[in-house]
Amino acid sequence: MNRSLKKYFPVFLLPTLLAFVISFVIPFAVGIYLSFCEFKVITKTEFVGFSNYIEAFTNSDFVNALWFTVKFTAVSVITVNILAFTFAMMLTRGLKGTNFYRTVLFMPNLIGGIVLGYIWQMIINGILYPFQQTLYSSADYGFWGMVILTNWQLVGYMMIIYIAAIQNIPGNMIEAAKVDGASSVQILRNVTVPMVSPAFTICLFLTLTNSFKMFDQNLALTAGQPGKETAMLALDIFNTFYSRIGYAGVGQAKAVVFFIIVALIAGTQLWLSRRKYEAEV
Amino acid sequence: MKKLLALILSAVIIMNLAAACGDDDVTEESGNEGSVYFLNFKPESEAAYKKVAESFTEETGIPINIVTAAAGTYEQKLASEITKSEAPTIFQVNGPIGLESWEDHCMDLQGTDLYEMLSDKSLALKDGDEVCAVPYTVEGFGIIYNDSIMQNYFKMEDSVVESVDEIKSFDTFKAVVEDMTAKKEELGIEGVFASTSMASGEQWRWTSHLANVPFYHEFHSLGEELDPVITALGSESVNFSYNEGFKNMFDLYINNSVTAPTLIGGKTTADSMSEFALGKAAMVQNGNWAMSQIAGVSGNTVTEDDVKMMPIYIGAEGEEDSGICVGTENYLAINDEASDADKQASLKFLEWLFSSETGKNYVLNDLGFISPFNTFEDDEKPADPLGSQVVEWISNKGVTSVPWVFTAFPSDEFKNRFGDALLQYAQGTGDWNNVVTAVTENWASEYALTR
Repeated sequence: MNRSLKKYFPVFLLPTLLAFVISFVIPFAVGIYLSFCEFKVITKTEFVGFSNYIEAFTNSDFVNALWFTVKFTAVSVITVNILAFTFAMMLTRGLKGTNFYRTVLFMPNLIGGIVLGYIWQMIINGILYPFQQTLYSSADYGFWGMVILTNWQLVGYMMIIYIAAIQNIPGNMIEAAKVDGASSVQILRNVTVPMVSPAFTICLFLTLTNSFKMFDQNLALTAGQPGKETAMLALDIFNTFYSRIGYAGVGQAKAVVFFIIVALIAGTQLWLSRRKYEAEV
Repeated sequence: MKKLLALILSAVIIMNLAAACGDDDVTEESGNEGSVYFLNFKPESEAAYKKVAESFTEETGIPINIVTAAAGTYEQKLASEITKSEAPTIFQVNGPIGLESWEDHCMDLQGTDLYEMLSDKSLALKDGDEVCAVPYTVEGFGIIYNDSIMQNYFKMEDSVVESVDEIKSFDTFKAVVEDMTAKKEELGIEGVFASTSMASGEQWRWTSHLANVPFYHEFHSLGEELDPVITALGSESVNFSYNEGFKNMFDLYINNSVTAPTLIGGKTTADSMSEFALGKAAMVQNGNWAMSQIAGVSGNTVTEDDVKMMPIYIGAEGEEDSGICVGTENYLAINDEASDADKQASLKFLEWLFSSETGKNYVLNDLGFISPFNTFEDDEKPADPLGSQVVEWISNKGVTSVPWVFTAFPSDEFKNRFGDALLQYAQGTGDWNNVVTAVTENWASEYALTR
């Protein structure tokens, strides 16, 4: 078995590998090269060294977008996880209609980001209308609009992960804690939370990366308005690349910086979960 | 045996993969006739172009592919399409600023029939002696008004004036608008002006078109004999000296509108046009291309005879002699990198469209273009009401049309920054000085970047 696997693995791997190289590795390499070039169309490029990177960081748009994204990510990681965990706790108590509520909470996750963005744009504008304001009147509205939207979309998904983890806690552990006279707060702190900590790691990083690289929700909800104050990183990169003539290279440089940040986050997660796994084994 | 089977199977998979990647090249088979790939800029003309394409292929046998870019995405669509092996053979350039990005891709049209057909050769976009792109339609914008509402107002006993012809200056216009606002219940309107649309990507009616008027006066005041567009193209900086006029007009728009100033950040051009079409507003600033939008609103109450246009006044000296703003940002160029057969086919298509009887018929009736070509007789004018209004203003000898100075604005970024400041001003979160600084500073910095 092992021998024939060794013999035939190129045959099985090749098509996927080819597709991966064509659609991922090559564009990625070209992308890095382009970040050092000035160009309008990608077939005519001129090498300019690091000037695109310098321009990206001296231009306030990128730094603002980065700061906005960091603030947004911090807030939404906390709110999404707290809400998801609370819902998971509520929906693992065998209450009536549990399955119905789980489904309802999960539903928004099945709707695409653009659609959700437009729906929330209408809802928020509708709420603000009597006050003679719109979503674009202040960057704060856009910020909190994004937070609400992200919670709406991600809470259900994270909740499912937490539910799975909570259901995996052996019943006798909780029973033992009860027999020992632990209060429900103590059970939560000393039994439930430690037992679901792998799920915490997963959910934390899923929300972190999802909020960090958010694009379609941002585009549909505010499109960066007012001004560019609510543009997040991905949207800022898109706008730099496409809507400013001669700035495609700068957009590409921003994209490379963006990649490095996301890769760092993902790498940390990998390292953390591996360390935990090894500690357990 | 097994080995062979595996080999064959994997070969099949790879071949499928390769075939899936190369599906696009079906049009290749047209032989040495050449084929046309036209990347269309105007989404409102998409249906009309499909009809044009069908009859062109019917008459000449040359295959033609028309692709329309979604509104506001033309530049990015073109940037990605032009790198492909099947690149557009005909594409649009939006004026002298746009030409800077696409210069290298433009075929020299000197000596072609298409260029010879142009009634005024100076309209073409040139780079030295090379003719890069040729305009295909002349457009005009101003304040579109609903004549039946205006007539109702003029019939009132205490109306400020009794006919639109009496409105020749900003002061009169302002008096009329404010009086109409006071009487809006009796006139049955929600506001004199349709919403001042300031949503993202929808600010061009103010940052390009309304701004055209003060900048025309600014460059015009530098010297009567100078061409304001060319002066603007060479200006490193601007004073925005008529910013008061711009502010007065903008204030008039936002304070006498269907929509409160704090709410305009969510409004789009389509919203404004439907408010006008439904009779909620008496006026809207836009150009002749908007006719299809007005006519397309379901339940519209404006009859075609009632759609009229008048100039924008901002209180500048001598403005009673100026008409509506007339110009173009629609130029067609032929891709220099296309094969010779494709280039010839593309030229043939454009010449056919603008000079053959069938083609001209489409231009006048379906596309509604006011064409700058001498193949059109004087009586061959577009049939739509706004198009004929523009023609009327152009041929009105009493006034001089205002050229499109905004085609020389340094970049889109300039307009966006201008629009951001303008929105903040309208919402009350920024003051007017910020708008003036945004305009002067960004003009200078964007000019420096793009030159």
